[in-house]
Amino acid sequence: MSFQPVKFYQTGTFTVGNRLLAPEQRSVQAATSRRNSLNSGHRACQGCGEALGARYAIDAAMEATGNRMVVVNATGCLEVFSTPYPETSWQIPWIHSLFGNAPAVATGVAAALKVKRLKGLLGDVRVVAQGGDGGTTDIGFGCLSGMFERNDDVFYICYDNGGYMNTGVQRSSATPPAARTATTEAVGPTPGHAFGQGKFVPAIAMAHDIPYVATATVADLRDLEYKVRKAMTFRGARYLHILVPCPLGWGAASKDTLRIARLAKETGVFPVFEAESGELTGSSKIRHVLPVEEYLRPQKRFAHLFGPKPDVAAIARLQALANRNIRKYRLLDEEAL
Amino acid sequence: MDKPFAITLDPGSSLANRTGSWRTERPVYVDRLPPCNNACPAGEDIQGWLYHAESGDYEAAWRHLTRDNPFPAIMGRVCYHSCETACNRGRLDEAVGINAVERFLGDEAIRRGWQFAKPETETGKHVLIVGAGPAGMSAAYHLRRSGHRVTVHEAGPLLGGMMRFGIPKYRLPRDVLDAEMRRVIDMGVEVVLNSKVGNLLATMQDGRFDAAFLAVGAHIGKRASIPAGTVARILDAVSVLRSMEGEEKPLLGRRVVVYGGGNTAIDVARTARRMGAEPIIVYRRTRDKMPAHDLEVEEALQEGVMIKWLSTIRQAGESSITVEKMVLDESGFPQPTGEFETLEADSVVLALGQDVDLGLLDGVPGLEFVDGVVKVDGQMMTGHPGVFAGGDMVPTDRNITVGVGHGKKAARHIDAWLRGTTYVAPPKHPLATFERLNTWYYSDAPQTVRPVLDIIRRQSTFEEVQGGLDETNALFEARRCLSCGNCFECDNCYGVCPDNAVIKLGPGQRFEINYDYCKGCGLCAAECPCGAIDMVPEDG
Repeated sequence: MSFQPVKFYQTGTFTVGNRLLAPEQRSVQAATSRRNSLNSGHRACQGCGEALGARYAIDAAMEATGNRMVVVNATGCLEVFSTPYPETSWQIPWIHSLFGNAPAVATGVAAALKVKRLKGLLGDVRVVAQGGDGGTTDIGFGCLSGMFERNDDVFYICYDNGGYMNTGVQRSSATPPAARTATTEAVGPTPGHAFGQGKFVPAIAMAHDIPYVATATVADLRDLEYKVRKAMTFRGARYLHILVPCPLGWGAASKDTLRIARLAKETGVFPVFEAESGELTGSSKIRHVLPVEEYLRPQKRFAHLFGPKPDVAAIARLQALANRNIRKYRLLDEEAL
Repeated sequence: MDKPFAITLDPGSSLANRTGSWRTERPVYVDRLPPCNNACPAGEDIQGWLYHAESGDYEAAWRHLTRDNPFPAIMGRVCYHSCETACNRGRLDEAVGINAVERFLGDEAIRRGWQFAKPETETGKHVLIVGAGPAGMSAAYHLRRSGHRVTVHEAGPLLGGMMRFGIPKYRLPRDVLDAEMRRVIDMGVEVVLNSKVGNLLATMQDGRFDAAFLAVGAHIGKRASIPAGTVARILDAVSVLRSMEGEEKPLLGRRVVVYGGGNTAIDVARTARRMGAEPIIVYRRTRDKMPAHDLEVEEALQEGVMIKWLSTIRQAGESSITVEKMVLDESGFPQPTGEFETLEADSVVLALGQDVDLGLLDGVPGLEFVDGVVKVDGQMMTGHPGVFAGGDMVPTDRNITVGVGHGKKAARHIDAWLRGTTYVAPPKHPLATFERLNTWYYSDAPQTVRPVLDIIRRQSTFEEVQGGLDETNALFEARRCLSCGNCFECDNCYGVCPDNAVIKLGPGQRFEINYDYCKGCGLCAAECPCGAIDMVPEDG
């Protein structure tokens, strides 16, 4: 009888682990030996996407560097909930900078480590800098752009939850259009955050032609780990932008953090891709394409779009943005188009 | 004080901060009853044996399967697989081909010569089993496993009962049947063939039996009063199927009318077709009311069996019969119309159900009968202490899987009865429903493979010339299992906890929640693919 050899592993790489895969195919997070860089007892809200994303990313980076790395952390949720003096949840070499200067501090750390290495005092120690979208896309943007254009040997990770969450959910330049925040109330003729404002920093990072730029979500662990691992194979400035839903700021149930991140990807609202030296080299394809409503509905920050009289026009504009992402970043299989 | 400038405290760990106190709901690991297991009349732990098959450990899978059902190669051919109807994957794409994997395991066991272990200790008790059909041989297997001496009395010349004399060869090759029967005998089960038990109590006394399990089946074809000429050739379906096993094949002629709508009617029509006849089934109701399994009806139609719906036979003559057209009334019962039609017929085979020969029970005190079968209690025991019964001779659905299930159930109760105890079945878990699954996490069955698989699946239920699944397909099919309701250690909970509050205990050990730090966000429960975590409100 003729047959086709089949590779099929029940849950494949969708789940964190899979006993049917060979050990080298398994994720860092599935191992009992994982670093747990961000340990229990931190003060992040229930279901915090950023706390999860940070552990995913830093554990993977620690694995990739053989634990030889230093993390520079901008001020923001991540720093506040993890390290109220004198306690810390970090189980790694870690330094806290100001809100706006993490990329510059990281540049300095990298320079100092380089000098030590050249003097033979130290082996190769890598530098990772991280911050939220406020510290990255607004306040630290000048330093970040400088670090990029100098091509300093720093891997910068931005955890994007679309606002200043720990100070009370104010709008940032990463807040999506129509979203309600404390400073973009759901009032007036165009409630929520204005359309046509803000910026998408991964695209700006690509414009610096740095070696590696990628985006990821907390909902796809394997993709996230792959990108961290890949980033650590390059020298020079690298940038990873991770979408991390915020149950508090987005007005979503704490159990829905991953579901919403998944919906952001499946609707095209958040494009997941990677680029080398300014050129798009790959995109994570949408598995089952969905309308943006699926993503918007579970979040109270978009509640004003629904209700008895849905704001069809605003939803259509958000859908148009998602469609543009799908085209621009080739988020659908060619066959599916 | 040798601390740096402005530093007064040593670095502390956040582990001092027991965030578990924030919690209002706690995650709890649960086990649920998968729908396949729930639907299996033989009580197989389907999900359990698929788990081993998924990793390619077919022997472990076969051993796990045969804890409940000793006949996977037979089941994989003749079972109506209600497990697949219940399978949650049917709501995602299509049901897991459980029956095909079962057959693969059964065939693999025959090919590799896997045997059952003999009991380690003998209890010294001796159990009589009457009837070597599915129920009797299943009970023999389970009782022997428990260390009892077992003697089977079979009236016929060969083992298998209805599996041999009721099921045609094209559905169950005899070498497969023989191999699985032989394996039970190799455990040390004694069999006496051609030995009809005429008087149960006398036989029990003569053989010093401590208990008896009766499973004589239902072999007497029901007759219908059809006015017939003396030359009309009227046979009953059971006899026709039985005589197929002997040297002299039944003489049916070319135009064979089969009267009835059950699986036996289909079997006899398909058998006649294979003998070169042109069978036509006459059934008084419609297809959706037909008791026969739809898959078999479909296959019979594809093979060229004709079916005359809404008809009853009024008269049978030498070379023709008269049928009357029927209509269904409001309650679905057929009513005569007075319209008649003549069909050519060389013979008429009655497949109107079977009765049980209860002769061996004459003079046994305490028994109760309903509709020609023996009444048993919840422990499969008849009104006479120590005499148990199962299979077609008790009130039940009549099919082989049910019989095998009765054998197992009765064996458990007989074992307990012989030890002077009562067997209490462990409580069942609540059902693992489709709604509890997070199906995002399951791989889509690749579309390039699915059609190929469909063909194999269909062929496997057809002619026996076509083999079942090969190893690659069996592995693929097994891996389509969603493991509904029971942890299969995908590590999702361990991975998705933002608080690092899930403890991974290692392969086969599953997980624990660290309630000192679990904030009760519910991510582990929401992202569990198989729905094995419940969120339970905290007290107070």
